[in-house]
Amino acid sequence: MSVVTTPPTAIPIAADSPVPPRAVRPRRRRGIRHALVVAAFLLPSALPLLFFVLGPMVAAAVISLTEWNLLAPAEWVGLDNYAKLLGDPATWAVFAHTLYYIAGYLPLVYFGGLALALALNTALKGRSLLRGVYFLPVVTSWIVVAIVWRWLLNPSNGIVNATLAIFGIDGPGWWTDPAWAMPSIILASAWKDLGFVMVILLAGLQAIDPELVDAAKVDGAGWWRRLVSVVMPLLSPSTFFVIVISLINGFQVFDQVYAMTGGGPGGSTQVVVQQVYDLTFRYGRAGEASALSWLLFLVILAVTVVQVRGQRKWVNYA
Amino acid sequence: MRETTRGRSIALHVVVIAGALVMFFPFYWTIVTSLSPGAGLSVTPSLWPADAGLDAYRELFTELPFARVIGNSIGLAIVTTLVQLVTSATAAYAFSRLAFRGRTVVFGVYLATMMIPLQVLIVPLFAELKAFGLIDTYLGALLPTFASAFGIFLLRQAMNQVPFELDEAATLDGAGHFRIFWTVVLPNIRPALATLAVFGFMGSWNSFLWPLVVLRSPELQTLPIALAGLQGQYTTQWDVIMAGSVVSILPMLALYVFAQKYVIQGVANAGLK
Repeated sequence: MSVVTTPPTAIPIAADSPVPPRAVRPRRRRGIRHALVVAAFLLPSALPLLFFVLGPMVAAAVISLTEWNLLAPAEWVGLDNYAKLLGDPATWAVFAHTLYYIAGYLPLVYFGGLALALALNTALKGRSLLRGVYFLPVVTSWIVVAIVWRWLLNPSNGIVNATLAIFGIDGPGWWTDPAWAMPSIILASAWKDLGFVMVILLAGLQAIDPELVDAAKVDGAGWWRRLVSVVMPLLSPSTFFVIVISLINGFQVFDQVYAMTGGGPGGSTQVVVQQVYDLTFRYGRAGEASALSWLLFLVILAVTVVQVRGQRKWVNYA
Repeated sequence: MRETTRGRSIALHVVVIAGALVMFFPFYWTIVTSLSPGAGLSVTPSLWPADAGLDAYRELFTELPFARVIGNSIGLAIVTTLVQLVTSATAAYAFSRLAFRGRTVVFGVYLATMMIPLQVLIVPLFAELKAFGLIDTYLGALLPTFASAFGIFLLRQAMNQVPFELDEAATLDGAGHFRIFWTVVLPNIRPALATLAVFGFMGSWNSFLWPLVVLRSPELQTLPIALAGLQGQYTTQWDVIMAGSVVSILPMLALYVFAQKYVIQGVANAGLK
């Protein structure tokens, strides 16, 4: 009855739950009373969402059409900010860096998480302890992760390069080297999120009917064949979820960049959100920052819609 | 045949355990560094510090308002958690138990707010709270965290599994909605409430971008912000920075050990629905 034992069925998000019959056809006076009850239950959440999410969302759209430094009165400039951004190579660069991050991060956490989930789904001693250890980084903050990895990857006396030196390898400058800064951030991020992906996929694996896998075994399918032809298709809803969430989060990457490199060296890790932050609070260009964040939102929305549309082709809801 | 399965099983154990050690190593190294005075100035600490000491922790608490910072983080996390429990539970009850026009649409709008990145809201939120005079106040840091679409979704799913016959029985006994909410529904979704409590606390404890923007005075800062600042100040004193990291990880670690079941289930369920 709790979330702990929820059956793994795909519950349609918009489906109405059953309602006590009593509430179906209220009389007029009871109707007003009922409306007050509904209001009492909804307002505590509706007010914050209205004032601190939906309202600001609309306001951001308006601000994006102005030139504003957060202090002096805003000046209406129409779509100038968007035109300026799209014509600025810096904008394309921050989107390119963000895509670089996603391209490195996503395969790493997905295939790493899948391998772990497959391993931990077999009869393994100390399985729950192992699962706990792999999941541990998920509960720590991005800032701590970034700071700790900055230390591990410290070019002059970090443990990683010290270890490499034992084998006679001259370790790279990691976050001080423009070529290695983004891989450093990707490495730290993958370490943090691996356990999250593992748990999602593990839950998906455990929802698979073992009889289907056994049937394939009886038909003479080997391990790899069973994985590709039986397990992966049945796991596709979990895979879909991981990819959608990871892409949304990937486009919003910020905390670890801020704390590890601040966008440097030489702007090599300047991602979209770091740019939004800098535009607003370093350069006082709030209008442009709002336009950039709306561009980011539109990109995320488009990518998500494409995925949701495309899921029919490969996601298999049993 | 049997031999190969056994061999495979051992190999699997070796690989997975080795992986776990690698995963855990950064935590271990953080602790070792924090106990190695002077680490980072010139030395890389050894795997087992010979002259372990708590100097870095002493510095953290004497040179900086670190106790205050920890108090801020705890206070904000507790308030966020409690308020989120209230706003999520009442909203979930409305979506699970109350009939009203446009319920599906309103629920859809609620869920859609999950997709809006905080970054899009930063500028107007900052302006709004500035207009209210709430920049650099606890309330300013708290207000945007008061409603959680994720929490509402989670609790509604749990409430839908509480039998509606229980409500009917209570109604026959003359109970109204507030009473059913409090005495019938809530006691039946305790595990979901616990899950949300853990996530609410974790989210607040680890949140960075909004507190960074809204909390300006050093004495109002939260742990992640103070740590980021520490890093800028003490670029070579890694022992102090790592001590700060340990201090910020420990409470989360304790909560995690205590509530591991809920955290992992919460994540697992998110992927199944």
